[in-house]
Amino acid sequence: MTHSAIELPVTPDDRRIARLAALAIGLTLAEAALPSPLPGVKPGLANIVVLMVLLQYGWRAAAWVSGLRVLAGGLLLGSLFAPGFWLSVAGAGVSLSVLALARRLPSRYFGPVSLSVLAAFGHIGGQLALAGAWLLPGAAIIKLLPVFAAAALVFGTVNGVIVARLLAAPTSDRRQSLPCTLP
Amino acid sequence: MLIRAGDAGVLLAGTGLVIALTVFAWGGDRGDTAVIRAAGRVVETVSLTHARTFSIGGPLGATQIEVEPGRARVARDPSPRQLCVRQGWLTQSGQAALCLPNQVSLEIRGRHFAYDTLGY
Repeated sequence: MTHSAIELPVTPDDRRIARLAALAIGLTLAEAALPSPLPGVKPGLANIVVLMVLLQYGWRAAAWVSGLRVLAGGLLLGSLFAPGFWLSVAGAGVSLSVLALARRLPSRYFGPVSLSVLAAFGHIGGQLALAGAWLLPGAAIIKLLPVFAAAALVFGTVNGVIVARLLAAPTSDRRQSLPCTLP
Repeated sequence: MLIRAGDAGVLLAGTGLVIALTVFAWGGDRGDTAVIRAAGRVVETVSLTHARTFSIGGPLGATQIEVEPGRARVARDPSPRQLCVRQGWLTQSGQAALCLPNQVSLEIRGRHFAYDTLGY
């Protein structure tokens, strides 16, 4: 009998990404419970986490957190591989590409608010592009463009201000989680 | 600093984009129906929802009309000066392309009629 064990070494990076992705997934689930006048108009709270990760740990980690959030969010909400899931994938993909370019902007002038607003426009742009090409080919989507764009601007700004405030908070709030000590 | 100089620029640009999209999508009166006439009689009334093409017969031959989501045009016409073809895509309510020698016309209609009647 052969005995083989496949060992997958877990690095601290993996643990950190898993923890942050879990946070983003939690926000996605909480947000799914909020009523929305139009499907697609959402605060996008998970983007706060993605943006924090981008600014603290780089683009690769942010892409991991965003991808895991979309995948696990789809699993938990029961929409895996449904049209809404692919819209999320398109939105997250375009948003990450926009962030990859936008983070090269000089940070002296362009802070988290810029990144957040650009990412929000990327999100809605990716979703609408896919929806227009695949789900609703026609003129109907044109009439909704201003509503989606205005929502992206407002929620992008709010999320960006939240990120800026979190980053400005004292560093003790951002400590790594420690093993629990029993009393 | 929560909002830096560039952030203000991005916010302004974003607001500009929202305004531009609002004017583009809601400004004017985008048509939703195409009315095709031959020799003064209505031969087709189509909504501008999906792509279709029509071939309408006239005294000189067939006029090809192309309908796409939100717009329509005369794609090909046997008339000598090609005025209706060169008008290109029509999107707004009240716009019309007339192929006079071939007696075919294409008119866009929206929720509000821009004119009570059009005579040609």
